[in-house]
Amino acid sequence: MPIIILTFVFHLLLSAMPLPDSLLWLQPEWVTMTLIYWCIALPHRVGVFAGFFLGLSVDLLDGSLLGQNALAMSLVAYLSLMLYQRLRNYGAWQQAAMVGVLIGISLMVFQWIQNLTSVAADSVAFLLPALTSALLWPWFFIALRTIRRRFQIH
Amino acid sequence: MFVKGPSLGLRLLVCVVLALVLMFSDYRYHHMDQVRSALTVVVTPLQWAVDLPSRLWSWGSTTFADRNALLEENAVLKEQALELSSKNQRMAYLIAENLRLRELLKGQKPFDDEFLLGEVIGLDADAFTHQVLVNRGRRDGVYEGQAVVDALGLMGQVVSVSAYTSRILLAADTAHAVPVLVNRNGFRVVAIGSGDIDRLILSHVPDTADIREGDLLVTSGLGGRFPKGYPVAEVSRVRHEPGKPFATVSARPLAQLERSRYVLMLNPQSADLSASDGAAADPASEEGSPSAGESN
Repeated sequence: MPIIILTFVFHLLLSAMPLPDSLLWLQPEWVTMTLIYWCIALPHRVGVFAGFFLGLSVDLLDGSLLGQNALAMSLVAYLSLMLYQRLRNYGAWQQAAMVGVLIGISLMVFQWIQNLTSVAADSVAFLLPALTSALLWPWFFIALRTIRRRFQIH
Repeated sequence: MFVKGPSLGLRLLVCVVLALVLMFSDYRYHHMDQVRSALTVVVTPLQWAVDLPSRLWSWGSTTFADRNALLEENAVLKEQALELSSKNQRMAYLIAENLRLRELLKGQKPFDDEFLLGEVIGLDADAFTHQVLVNRGRRDGVYEGQAVVDALGLMGQVVSVSAYTSRILLAADTAHAVPVLVNRNGFRVVAIGSGDIDRLILSHVPDTADIREGDLLVTSGLGGRFPKGYPVAEVSRVRHEPGKPFATVSARPLAQLERSRYVLMLNPQSADLSASDGAAADPASEEGSPSAGESN
């Protein structure tokens, strides 16, 4: 469990790293990707509640509305738990496409709340992180799988 | 499913309801700020950790810097100090003269602003907002709505405070507006953030208003949130469009919104409240004269 939490903390830090404004639009959703990975790999240990608390810490770190990321991430955790048996059998790129869709859904939920409460994006460019996340997914998956096997987390 | 405990759907329902309640109360009620500031203490180590690489870099670059480079920097700084102190000499005289004149006019004493130096420890990783994180919090006397400046001009204001850190909304954010006046003639406008880090928009400027490119905009003190007289922006473009009631005016913020490492937080809380109330009431009583001059 400590290793799982460490991967979450590492990706929280990665997502909070300052970037130039133009790259911010392309920044992969590291935290959501980590959540999806652990939901697929260890569905009996990481689930909806983990997603909720993870989202809450993202909210605190980003200063967004309390519960905004928590809602999006518990939804992603739910969907990946529903799909994990299928996702495990997919090929790398098919899996990446599914992850892109999941992250796209979470981004849309996030934008939807943003729209209700403050300023939202005026184009669909806010979905770009889903694309970059999907493109990086195969390598991301291999990296986390190596960690999981090295530390023998079951 | 082999999941133990409540079913998956029920778990999701619990989380969704919890999240909705949280969002609603955070959006609607002010007292949630305390909950948030207490919870933010938990992620404060993360915020520090994010800043660590740049901190190490700046430590390394000063520790291993070339001796000549340091000498050169030292010379430049000395020159600057000399220049500033020579300006300051006249300042003391001018302040004294200003005070005497104000006494003659039975005016109020100008409020002397106090500063708290803060260091930026984090930028927001969100493309939709312009916020920075500062290493000063409630413990240091920071409060919500506090005005923040850097060496060159107004940065923005504090929007949330935790025990050790606080979050500053920059003047260029779309959610930010600041009442300003044109330093040349006292014409009052509101400068609204455009979302671009290097542009503010002046709203509802009449086509006939006397405002030109290069005009300096300073805080007017109206509204009582920002103390008056701090430089905010320089008018960068004025466009008159025939057929439209208002001119399109944009301005370039003077503060280095995306580069400043050190910020000054004005009037920390330890300063007694009656004094800041006086400052808030001060501009209202004085704004009468410029506006009368302007209508001529």
